Amino acid sequence: MSAAVLVERNLMIYKHTWYVLLAEIFEPILYLLSIGVGIGVLVGTVTDVPGGDPVSYASYVAPALLATAAMNGAMNETTFAMFGKLRTDRTFESMLATPLTERDVALGEIGWAVLRGTVVSFAFLAVITALGLVHSPWALLVVPGAALIAFAFATAGVVVVTFLRDWQDMQYIQLVMLPMFLFATTFYPLSVYPRPIQIVVQCLPLYQSIELLRNPALGVLSPKILVAALYLAAMGTICLVVAVRRLARTLAR
Amino acid sequence: MTTILATREFGYWWHRYLRTWRGTIVISVANPLLFVTALGFGLGQLVDQNGADLPGGSYLAFIGPGLLAASAMQMGFINAGGPVFQSALAGGNYRSAVTTPMEPADILTGHLLFTTFRAVLDSAAILLVLVVFGSIGPASAPRALLGAVLTALAFATPMAAYAITVDRPAKLSAAFRFVIMPVYMFSGTFFPAEQLPDGLRQLVWLSPLWHGAELCRGAGDLAVHVLVLLVPIVAGYLAGRRTYTRRLTA
Repeated sequence: MSAAVLVERNLMIYKHTWYVLLAEIFEPILYLLSIGVGIGVLVGTVTDVPGGDPVSYASYVAPALLATAAMNGAMNETTFAMFGKLRTDRTFESMLATPLTERDVALGEIGWAVLRGTVVSFAFLAVITALGLVHSPWALLVVPGAALIAFAFATAGVVVVTFLRDWQDMQYIQLVMLPMFLFATTFYPLSVYPRPIQIVVQCLPLYQSIELLRNPALGVLSPKILVAALYLAAMGTICLVVAVRRLARTLAR
Repeated sequence: MTTILATREFGYWWHRYLRTWRGTIVISVANPLLFVTALGFGLGQLVDQNGADLPGGSYLAFIGPGLLAASAMQMGFINAGGPVFQSALAGGNYRSAVTTPMEPADILTGHLLFTTFRAVLDSAAILLVLVVFGSIGPASAPRALLGAVLTALAFATPMAAYAITVDRPAKLSAAFRFVIMPVYMFSGTFFPAEQLPDGLRQLVWLSPLWHGAELCRGAGDLAVHVLVLLVPIVAGYLAGRRTYTRRLTA
């Protein structure tokens, strides 16, 4: 598979900038210590949780921060980093002069983003386990779950990057990602909202991503995991098809 | 003479701002207000249900002033980080300015004047919404504005002195991730600093953001907070005069 060559290329580059990955783990840990532990003292326990047994606020927030980290890591790779290779450095154009095809480029970048999301989530899982926030072996499902989240958002990122005209357009991505991060039940349960807003929130891909990780992290296996997994798999597959087609057209211009 | 020349540097940034202010609204006004909405109202329901004992009463009244100071900090950092670094590069605006009668100190003063202007404008916009939300009482608004502007300068001034010496933009993002973010998370913005363990709590007293947040909240002694915030501003300004001269006349 020639797309693997691209993954290997990214791996070689990250050997020199590994601290970028370190920062990606550092940031959710800061959030966890400040919001999870600091605000946790104010909140006490959260009762409206999967399974129904009250949990500490830190245990409640940790899986959501993990889902956000997987989402951001994958999205950054296929939007910010890929835009540089697409427009500024024109890396992909030199790749197409080799036996690599546009399809290989898309698959390679997505594959790398998924690999990166998985590694980061594994490291974060190790940290929250050390902090005593993991209560069930089902929490291991968080790792393949994070890979699925990374897949859904990496493919969406490639679709988005083909629409960007210049670096300024990146702020439109932020305009969507930040409210989603704040409102998709990262910091408080869905029951806080009135019913109509609940439905809107449930349609957000980050909400489904958080469901996918929060349930097993709290040791609960509910059909919600299946719904979330199907949602993200469908989103990733559709975006993948569109991404390959649009990237080929963008590169042919 | 010097003060008149500094207005030229202010004029440069003002001219740029007239073309770009729309984009800056998102990052400097919408961003903190989204945080206030999600945390103040959403998370606030959990905190208030739990009957947490907070200065100000509700969680919304606690976090609003804290986020006002924190966004002033970020604004100060962002305006003194990238723009100063870029301006000092070959072809940057500082390079053109030093070929005129302007001295490096005039350039620094003018740029900081513009940062002050931005801090007043952005903080006032956020403050207005917080007063409407009922997070800050109208009577406390002037003191909160003072706190926000001093916080912005307490970070912008030392940052400008540092950013002009930087050779790679990666150092600026490292400063943001490893200095600004931890300060942001633990300076009494999201939860009272009294909750921190012993050693850390004393460390927070050194954080300008904590003093700024207390000022915005109307807590503690006004004179003490103002004096503490003036230390990084004055020290940063004196250091900046030296680093600007060294870099721009070399």
